[in-house]
Amino acid sequence: MALSTPASGTDAGALAAAGARPAARGTSLWRDGVRRLLRNRLAMAGGLVIVLLCLTAIFANVLAPLPYTKTNFGRLNEPPSQDYPLGTDALGRDLLSRMIYGARVSMLVGLGAQVIVVLIGVPIGALSGYVGGRVDLVLTRFVDVMYAFPRLLFVILVMSMLGAGLLNIFIAIGLTGWVGIARQTRAQVLAIKEKEYMDAARALGVGAGRRLARHVLPNALTPIVVSVTFGIPEAIFTEAALSFIGVGINPPTPSWGQMVGEGQQYIRSYWHLCVFPSIAIAVTMLSFTFFGDGVRDALDPKLK
Amino acid sequence: MFPYIVKRVLWLVPTIGAMALVTFLVMHATPGSPLDPVAEGANPLSPEAQKNLAAAYGLDKPLPQQFLIFLGKAVRGDFGTSFVYKTRTVLEILRETFPISLLLGSMALAIAIVGGLTLGILAAVYQNRMWDYVSVTLATVGVAIPNFVLAVFFIILFSFVIPLFPTGGWDSPRNWVLPTVTLALAPMGIIARFTRASMLEVIRADFTLTARAKGLGELPVIFKHALKNAFIPIVTLLGPMFAAVGTGSFFVESIFRVPGMGRFFVLSMTGRDYPMIMAVVLTYGAFLAVMNLVVDLLYGAFDPRIRY
Repeated sequence: MALSTPASGTDAGALAAAGARPAARGTSLWRDGVRRLLRNRLAMAGGLVIVLLCLTAIFANVLAPLPYTKTNFGRLNEPPSQDYPLGTDALGRDLLSRMIYGARVSMLVGLGAQVIVVLIGVPIGALSGYVGGRVDLVLTRFVDVMYAFPRLLFVILVMSMLGAGLLNIFIAIGLTGWVGIARQTRAQVLAIKEKEYMDAARALGVGAGRRLARHVLPNALTPIVVSVTFGIPEAIFTEAALSFIGVGINPPTPSWGQMVGEGQQYIRSYWHLCVFPSIAIAVTMLSFTFFGDGVRDALDPKLK
Repeated sequence: MFPYIVKRVLWLVPTIGAMALVTFLVMHATPGSPLDPVAEGANPLSPEAQKNLAAAYGLDKPLPQQFLIFLGKAVRGDFGTSFVYKTRTVLEILRETFPISLLLGSMALAIAIVGGLTLGILAAVYQNRMWDYVSVTLATVGVAIPNFVLAVFFIILFSFVIPLFPTGGWDSPRNWVLPTVTLALAPMGIIARFTRASMLEVIRADFTLTARAKGLGELPVIFKHALKNAFIPIVTLLGPMFAAVGTGSFFVESIFRVPGMGRFFVLSMTGRDYPMIMAVVLTYGAFLAVMNLVVDLLYGAFDPRIRY
């Protein structure tokens, strides 16, 4: 994210206007936000876990003691032991290795799906709010219908029809997830359009495209950033939920949700099968939530 | 008020129609067919058999016609026969499973509302003290952690470590406790968060100060003045709440083996049981649309400033 990039030149004026403090020297909204975020201990703890998870995902092939497909039919469903720190699954595969590779799926879905969501949602929302008129009416109606549809129901529907697979998860989340961010962008753009500095820009003869890119979008960025930070855990949750009911990631690729879904059937005899992936999901979700709360409080103290 | 209600009720028709159309299109636009089953243990069918089956279920007709036939029957409550459970009509299955899901959902929602309001009020009244932290923590856990993960923890804790409740089933009220609590936690967390924020705002408002200044006790101030006003934004939450409980029940019902609609929905998905999927999506969709309407009307009842 461009959080730490100090605003320079003409941007500084626009950003200071958003912070409603015209002459605070050198303190842009972003820098102020980063400072507030760094002071929030819970958010930083969440951030630390997120960094560790990303590293685990990137270096999964180095960290995992065994390949995630390596079976050992002599040692099925074993509880944690010296050879297998978290035990083995129904095919004698090392649970720890599968969990490490599972981080890859979670992080990929969380970050990747958000990219798609932003690429679809922000332009549509900005267009709708900026152009207005009939375009806005049509887009808003469409967004409203999409919004009324229970989100998870729709994702499950799309997935069960497309079939399981990582790419299809991106498609399903992308198709449904952009709606919220589009709504938010539209509301922001509508509000910014009426600001005096927009009149000033127009009076100075700045073209529409440049006005949108240089004045509207930077000022509308705060809620978009907040919405993205909350969208990541939501996407991770969606993937876990889909894999849990068997329409998410294709085996043998491991995913935490899928491991919980398969393991919970044997919870009485082999508790370790679903408990460890459950803990992984819980810790990941909590970390992103704490971090997201921190980002929101830091960037928009009014919302607290 | 009355024309508004009529207008809103009439709007339900195109809304539910649009849901039916979207569901229908998604189902038919994607590869795979019920005649070529991917479900476990299914046998491949010969081309002639596929043709006969298609004719029997009307799957050989053009899509727009199939959609109209479906709509015409659905209006009369006839959703056809399940493709997977061939001896039973979809309506029979729904009649059996929907009340169970409704009971589970209502109990969960009741707990969520009562618990969420209590936690939210406690947090706001004791801001930055122990009760605040307890309820904020509970709310965060409920919102952040998926319910099927919570379910695993609950089963381990309350079925194995302390054997209080059974791991699943739906035979006696003892079976109801864990699924209901699991399903209730997420909406409870959301309500608690909103109640806290809303109460904090109202507690600082001038009219609360006035109420205190004229010598009212703490309880009447909180309940008669603050809560009544804090309640308005919370009512809007109830719509999304129904959705959360509805979709949440897929997972909770699966993991606790509750014989409700959500579990059937998950099963019908992998079997491409078209009539079943359409019926379940429409039942959920229609239920949510009606609930959203009720919530909007309630909103007006709670806030006399709103006029339709």
